[in-house]
Amino acid sequence: MSTNEKDNRARIAAYLSRFFPVQDLGDDDDIFELGFVSSMFAMQLVSFVEHEFGITVENEDLELEHFRSVGALDAFVTRKLSVPVPR
Amino acid sequence: MTAVVNAVKAVKCVVWDLDDTVWDGVLLEDGDVTLRPEVVEVIRVLDERGILHSVASRNDHDAAMAKLEEFGIAEYFLYPQINWGDKSESVKAVAEAINIDVGTLAFVDDQPFERDEVSFAHADVLCVDAADAVGIPALPRMRPRFVTADSRERRHLYRADAERRRARDGHHGTDEEFLASLDMRLGIAPAQERDLQRAEELTVRTNQLNATGYTYSYEELDAFRRSPGHDLLVADLEDRYGAYGKIGLALMERGSEVWTVKLLLMSCRVMSRGVGSVLLGHLIRSAHEAGVALRAEFVPTDRNRTMYVTYRFSGFREVERSGGVSVLEHDGARLPEFPPFMDVDVER
Repeated sequence: MSTNEKDNRARIAAYLSRFFPVQDLGDDDDIFELGFVSSMFAMQLVSFVEHEFGITVENEDLELEHFRSVGALDAFVTRKLSVPVPR
Repeated sequence: MTAVVNAVKAVKCVVWDLDDTVWDGVLLEDGDVTLRPEVVEVIRVLDERGILHSVASRNDHDAAMAKLEEFGIAEYFLYPQINWGDKSESVKAVAEAINIDVGTLAFVDDQPFERDEVSFAHADVLCVDAADAVGIPALPRMRPRFVTADSRERRHLYRADAERRRARDGHHGTDEEFLASLDMRLGIAPAQERDLQRAEELTVRTNQLNATGYTYSYEELDAFRRSPGHDLLVADLEDRYGAYGKIGLALMERGSEVWTVKLLLMSCRVMSRGVGSVLLGHLIRSAHEAGVALRAEFVPTDRNRTMYVTYRFSGFREVERSGGVSVLEHDGARLPEFPPFMDVDVER
């Protein structure tokens, strides 16, 4: 794992830990089961991912599977960052 | 680039200058300023209509607040901005604190410079010369289509929100712990005739948390309420700070195999409370119990993405798109539970 990837995970975990009362958020812990997700939080999470990593979350990307854990978010971000943006 | 759909937006909040606007004189120079009774009357009349008030004044905060208290009008003003900064910033701060679009504000000031400065930064704020203050209630944008029990109470509802916000800002811990501390009770019930005006008002006032933006007249809503093929539901919320009023609305068309959510909207005052997901969760569970598929119409705007995310994260997928309307369908994979921090009372 490169430093960069580790860094992404840490940034995601740090962000999520503000919302969920857990000591150590595991890579695979399902945040949608740990706590209740309000519309506000869901939107904040999407905005966080877009701004923190400079990517655009398209409507078709809005699968719960991509957002439900630190590991899933990290994989999603990595995939989005690796796809060249068509101009 | 926002298309002007409704030619004039109703004003939701009037932001007042103080010196030589609400009172005659300059507080820090003259000391004894005189309240303008005609302005107080304007404030009172608008308050009755459910239009909110705030302040943008370059002044000493404590001295100005003390004067407003002394005049007995401090309670009218939400999130007063009394500082030495630009008024365009103060106006923006008011809109953000109340969580309404800046274009739904009016700004009253005796100084042309201040009005121009606000206009320049926010072209859609209605700027009014203090000399014309008495004419404000007669302006078309100051005439809400409805004045309901909720609108007359609006100032108190927002003051309770301000108290909640102070509690949240002082809260150390996660949002969920804070939500748990609020002791929320959500009621979901079929709309009664007395709810219809408020229901119509919600369809007109709600932009951000509105899945389709369809507006229905009182008569249409009344027909849905009576129709055996439809469910028209209203949600109301209260917590230990008081009532929020009727804050949510859902309209569901019940076919024999598919139920379709035509309308799902929530007052933006409850955006962080999880109410939208809970109401949607109730619809998902009802459809599941009835053994039918649940679909929902969605009309994207530049404001309502939060609602789209709510649907998607609740297990809906887009199955159809025609014209400007998307049709989403619940995948049935997961039935949402009501959150532990909210008492939900469903009336059938």
